[in-house]
Amino acid sequence: MAKDEYREFRLVGTRPDRPDGLDKVTGRARYGADMTAPGMLWGAVVRSPHAHARIVKIDATKALALDGVKSVVTRADFPEGLTGEDWNLQENTIAGERALYDGHAVAAVAATSRFLAEEAARLIEVEYEVLPHVIDVDEAMKPNAPVIREGVSDATVPEGMSPNVVRKIEFGNGDVDAAFAAADLVMEKSFKTEATHQGYIEPHACVGQMGADGKGEMWVCTQGQWYIRKMCSAVLGTEASQLRVTPSEIGGGFGGKTTIFMEPLALALSRKAGGKPVKIVMSRSEVLRATGPTASASMDVKLGMKKDGTLSGVKVEFRMQGGAFPGAPTEFALYCGLAPYTFGAVEAVGYDVIANRPRCAAYRAPGAPMGSFAVESLLDEMCIELGLDALDVRFKNAVVTGDRAAYGPKFGSIGFVETLEAVKNHPNLLAELGPNQGRGIAAGYWFNHNGETSVSMAISEDGTVQVSVGTPDIGGSRASIALMVAETLGIAYEDVRVNIAETGSLGVNEPTHGSRATFASGKAAVLATEAAIKEMCKRAANEWGIEPEAVEWKDGAARPAGPNAGQFPPMTIKEIGAAMGSTGGPISGHHESLPDGVGASFGAHVVDVEVDPETGRTTILRYLVVQDAGRAIHPSYVEGQYQGGAAQGIGWALNEEYVYDDKGRLQNSVFLDYRVPLASDLPMIDTVIVEVPNPGHPYGVRGVGETGITPPLPALANAVRAATGVRMTHLPMSPSKVLAALKAR
Amino acid sequence: MGILKVHLWSGLRRFAEGAEQVEVEATTIGTMLDGLKAAYPGLAPIIDAGVSVAIDDEIVNGSRHRALAPENEIFILQKIKGG
Repeated sequence: MAKDEYREFRLVGTRPDRPDGLDKVTGRARYGADMTAPGMLWGAVVRSPHAHARIVKIDATKALALDGVKSVVTRADFPEGLTGEDWNLQENTIAGERALYDGHAVAAVAATSRFLAEEAARLIEVEYEVLPHVIDVDEAMKPNAPVIREGVSDATVPEGMSPNVVRKIEFGNGDVDAAFAAADLVMEKSFKTEATHQGYIEPHACVGQMGADGKGEMWVCTQGQWYIRKMCSAVLGTEASQLRVTPSEIGGGFGGKTTIFMEPLALALSRKAGGKPVKIVMSRSEVLRATGPTASASMDVKLGMKKDGTLSGVKVEFRMQGGAFPGAPTEFALYCGLAPYTFGAVEAVGYDVIANRPRCAAYRAPGAPMGSFAVESLLDEMCIELGLDALDVRFKNAVVTGDRAAYGPKFGSIGFVETLEAVKNHPNLLAELGPNQGRGIAAGYWFNHNGETSVSMAISEDGTVQVSVGTPDIGGSRASIALMVAETLGIAYEDVRVNIAETGSLGVNEPTHGSRATFASGKAAVLATEAAIKEMCKRAANEWGIEPEAVEWKDGAARPAGPNAGQFPPMTIKEIGAAMGSTGGPISGHHESLPDGVGASFGAHVVDVEVDPETGRTTILRYLVVQDAGRAIHPSYVEGQYQGGAAQGIGWALNEEYVYDDKGRLQNSVFLDYRVPLASDLPMIDTVIVEVPNPGHPYGVRGVGETGITPPLPALANAVRAATGVRMTHLPMSPSKVLAALKAR
Repeated sequence: MGILKVHLWSGLRRFAEGAEQVEVEATTIGTMLDGLKAAYPGLAPIIDAGVSVAIDDEIVNGSRHRALAPENEIFILQKIKGG
C-alpha cells in the first residue's frame, strides 16, 4: 500500500506556505464568534453556582418582562425519554432535576443584544436546595461519599462499590506475584494528577437557527460538524439531516471540541424565538467551568526489575474521575502507560468514577499522560536505585514490531527503538548540567485512530483541483492533504485547494480526533485522486482511440503506457480539464471508508531543568521531542504538533490545575489564575522527526497530534528528581509544592 | 463458518464463565460480536456500548463486515478514539 517505490518525493516532505496563513495573519479567517446573521439574537446561559443542588424552581418572569428578550429555555423545553449517551448529552447541556457541578447550565435566554441577554440571565431566579458534593476521585469512591447518580454503573462494576464507580477495567497476563518474587528490586508508589483544561484560545461559539419545522442551520467552532449535527439532533429530538452544520476556522480544540455544550441551547432558543438565529459565545470563565477538562487521576504502580534493568512484572490500579458523567479515559491511561515496554507479567485494574465536576472531554491522547506519569516516574526511580542509565533501561525493555502489548494484541509496524536511537544521538544529551539542574527522560505512546471518512475531489476547468474533506483543520491537515493530492497528480501544490465541507456536502465524517485527519482524510483523498486519474486516463484513451489500460498517469499528464500504445503527446490535466465539458462532463473522485492501516506512534522526550531552591520554581533549560511520524508530509506542521504537545504537557506538569473551594466551586476560572505556559516560560523546543513509514498509508503517515503530550509529565518529574533528589508524585509541580517537598527532605 | 478464538479483557471474563479466551463460530467481525452476545448475554450491553477489535496487529473500529479467519488473533478492547 505505501508508496515506498518512490523514495524521493517531489512534494511530500517539503515545507510550502500554509494555505490558511494569509487569512489568519490579516484577520480574514472567520472563527466561531465572527459569524453574524440578519435578525440575529444573542444568547446567554444561567449556570449553577453550586457543585451539587436540587433545582427547586426556575422563574423567568422578570427576564421575559424586559423589552427585547425573545425566548427563555429550561429543561422543560427539551424532549423527555432519552437514554444512555443521548441522555448524558442532554443532561450536560441543561440540568434536569439537579445541577451536578459548578457551572452546569440550568436555563438560557435570547435577546436582541449581548448585554441585554446577560442582564436577562441575571434576572432569571433559580431556587436551589444545596446537596452534599464530592470533588476528589478517592473521596468519591468511599462508601459514604455523596452519590452523584444511582444506576449509572455498568455491568463491569462489582457489587458493593460506591454508585459513583461506574466502570471497571481489568486486563493482564502472567503471574505477577511470581514475577515480583523473581525480581531483584520491587518498588511501589502512588501518584496523583489534577484535572487540566485543553486551554484552546478560542472559546466555544456558535450561531444556531431552527424553525418550528425542525429545519435548521448552525455555524460553529468545532472539531466535528457531523458530531454536532448528530448530538444536537438527539438532544433536541429532531432529524439529523434537517440540520446543516458549517464549521468555522478553529482556534484550538485538542479534543475539547469533539462534543456539544451550548449548541443545542442556541437552537432551542431560536426555535422558541420564531426561528431567529441565536449566537452564543462563551466567556473564558464559562469555558473553564463548564466545558471539558480532562480527568483527574489517583494511581498506584508496583514494578519488578532485575539488576540488569529487565522489567519482570507490573501491577497498577488507576482511579480517574471524569466529572458527573461516565467517560474518564481510564482504559487509555492503562493501555498507553504500559505500552512502551515488555513487562513479563501484567496486572492492570482501572476505575471510571463520577464526581461533582464538569464532564470531562477528550484531551489530546486522553488518559495517556497520566498513565505515563505514574509508570515512567517509578521506572526512573528504580533506575536510580539500581544505578542504571534511564535510556539504556528503556532500550532494554522497549517494544518492537510483533511484540505483544501489555493490553493484549501484538504491535504492527512501530518505531520506538528508532526513536530511542535518535534520542541517544542527540547533542542535548551531551550538555553539561550545573548545580540545581537535572535531566529527565520519558517515553509515550498513542494508538492513533481511523474513523468514518468521506472525501471528494474534483478537477476544475483550468486543471486545478479542489478537495472537500470533513475533518476541520486544527493542525495543518489542509496543507498536508494538498501536498499528497498534488504529489499523486504530479501537479503544483498551489494548484490544489482543500476545503472543509459542511454536513450537506459529504457523507458522515468523524471529527478531527485521534490524530486521524492527515492519516484518514489524507488516505481517502489519495484514493479519491486515484479514481479521478483513472477517469482522466479514460478520457485521453477515448481521444487517442486506444484502450484505457494502455494509458498511464505521470507528472500531471496522461501518457501512452508504452511503445505498443501508440505515439501520442502527453495530455496534461489542464488540457483534460479544459475539454471535459465536451468529453463526458465533470471529472471527480470520491472515497469513503473506515480506513484500515492505522499506525501507532511512539515518542521520547528529554528535558533539562533548573529548580530554584529558594522559591521552588522550575525553569526549563532545554527540551527535546523525538517522535515517529511515519512520514512527515509537511515537516513544519509535524514539528508544530510536537512542540504544541510538549508545551501543553509542560503546563500540566508544572502549573495547571483546577482549584476548588470547600463548596466545590472552581476558584481559578480565568487564564490569570489558571496558568497555561507562556512563550516566555519556554525555551525553543527542539524536535527530531523519526520516519518509520506506516505500511497502511499510501505515503506512510502515522498521525502525530497526540503522542507529544504524553511524555512531558514524567520527563519533567524525572528532571526535577535529578535536580533536587525529591520525587514529586502529585502534579502539578507548582513552586509552592516543590518548595514544601524541598523543605521536607 | 470457522471457529474463531476471541480474547476478552479480564473485566469481561465474568460474563463468559471466567474464560480468558472463548470460541465463537463466525466469519466477520459483526457475526463474531453477535455470536458472543448470543453465547454470553452479559456481554451484550458492553459490546453494544462500543468496542474496538484487534485483529492480529491492527486495531479496528467499526467494519462489521470485515472478514475473520480461524488463524486470526482476535482481542476485544475498549473502544478507541482520541482527542
